[in-house]
Amino acid sequence: MITTEKMICITCPMGCTLEVTREGKTLLNVEGNTCKRGEKYVQEELTDPRRMVASTVRVQGGVHPLVPVYTAAPVPKPRIFELLAQLRKVEIPAPVTMNQVVLENVLGEGINVIASRDMPVAE
Amino acid sequence: MTQLLKSHYDVIVIGAGPGGLAAAIEAKKHGADDVLMIDRDLELGGILLQCIHNGFGVETFKEDLPGPSYAQRFINEAQTVGIDYLLDTIVLDVTPERKVYTTGTRTGFQELSATAIVLSMGCRERTRAQIRIPGPRPSGVFTAGTAQRWVNVEGYMPGSRFVILGSGDIGMIMARRLTFEGAKVERVLEVMPYLSGLSRNYVQCLLDFDITLQLKHTVKRIIGNDRVEAIEAVAVDDKWQFIPGTEEIIPCDTLLLSVGLIPENELSQKAGVALDPVTAGPYVDDGFATNIPGIFAAGNVVHVYDLVDWVTAAGRTAGKRAAMFAQDSCNEDPRYVPTRAGENVRYVVPHQIDPETLTQDSIMLQMRVTRPLEQPVTVQVTDGDTLIAKKSERYARPGEMVSLTLKGKEYDAVRKAKELKVSVVTK
Repeated sequence: MITTEKMICITCPMGCTLEVTREGKTLLNVEGNTCKRGEKYVQEELTDPRRMVASTVRVQGGVHPLVPVYTAAPVPKPRIFELLAQLRKVEIPAPVTMNQVVLENVLGEGINVIASRDMPVAE
Repeated sequence: MTQLLKSHYDVIVIGAGPGGLAAAIEAKKHGADDVLMIDRDLELGGILLQCIHNGFGVETFKEDLPGPSYAQRFINEAQTVGIDYLLDTIVLDVTPERKVYTTGTRTGFQELSATAIVLSMGCRERTRAQIRIPGPRPSGVFTAGTAQRWVNVEGYMPGSRFVILGSGDIGMIMARRLTFEGAKVERVLEVMPYLSGLSRNYVQCLLDFDITLQLKHTVKRIIGNDRVEAIEAVAVDDKWQFIPGTEEIIPCDTLLLSVGLIPENELSQKAGVALDPVTAGPYVDDGFATNIPGIFAAGNVVHVYDLVDWVTAAGRTAGKRAAMFAQDSCNEDPRYVPTRAGENVRYVVPHQIDPETLTQDSIMLQMRVTRPLEQPVTVQVTDGDTLIAKKSERYARPGEMVSLTLKGKEYDAVRKAKELKVSVVTK
């Protein structure tokens, strides 16, 4: 069955409203996107939806008890909570530097979780 | 931390969030030798440090960064170019003569002076008192930004079952964040008939996690004495009046408020800066100069943005102009042309522009529309019957800032104009 529905592209803050025509998981037409990424987003959303994940991990001896971290690339949406459970077990020592790898190859996806900022040692 | 504080600076920047960092760096790059940033927090970066989600920097860096990474890049640059800063220090007073009085537990009372000042204090959240929710005053009613700071920076969970009032970006982002940390978000209520934050956040923060958003709904009362036990939600009509019979008790232990941001301008007012009652921020020109010579304002202190990238752009412009003022190289006698909000436009920033700017730079007119226009629109600048500039958008929504950039080719038309009426009209 061919269906047409509205989707909102989440690739960038513009949030284009897309009109998507598809047959099951087969994409037939996308309208309303203002750049190429819109079509790519819909294609992935139908077959392998992914999201960037940002959270925190514990830090020992830092100016704050937590350091913010994020996935260097989007991870499969259905496995977000699995990743969060792993991050909850992580504790790293200060100092931390931005882009430092906090957890390697998460979910076997070849994607690293990295620190979002420096975290100096508490005075 | 600054070791040797000078008593006079070319440029003093008040507030070291994204607007202030950009202003300070740009002032230094444009020839201001001595630049000082002052911030009341213990570290540079402002509210970006608690915004751990990604989505920052798409315009500035063509990258999708989390808030702390976006801030870190500017913090690193500020340190590289040699900007002084005072942290854990609050500014008590700013005078029209550009004296700045500060105090802090580590820095003590200071009197400083500056040739130019950039106000970049940002904005703060509206609270329960400002939206007048009746009922008792139990623990468990917080602004979304306060909860964000606790969860993302300090490591505290403010509750386990949440209702969020307001569909602003911070509220939706916190709905996702709290879900990530194991809490249950029962509902997001929005009094308006449309979303007040970005559409993408509705998708990736609410839809993704099956969190229900109810438009035209609000909190009728809060239930609980020591701690929130439930809230009573209610549907509202077009005049925000409760619709009898639509009440629903939603059990929860925490109510988060994401009900709008207000530019923080107490210091601006002390310095004699005139404020626009619509934006609650200073009246500014295209260089973000206020009505007080040598005092500039940039970022959310002027009007509340939805993207940090535009805050950075505003900070850069204000910082450059502050440096020019400090070096006596501003246009001494600008012949301003005022801007005016026309059809479907709530306000326009800047409030007036110096046409001479267009001989060197473009000028971005920034506005918000009064209501959602879910169809193709023309954003246009007119003076009487003369069309000066226009562009097309596929829609315009109050939650998403609309802009139109004036370029050098519009110089003649702008110079001759009595006013620039900015409208968003349906096609």
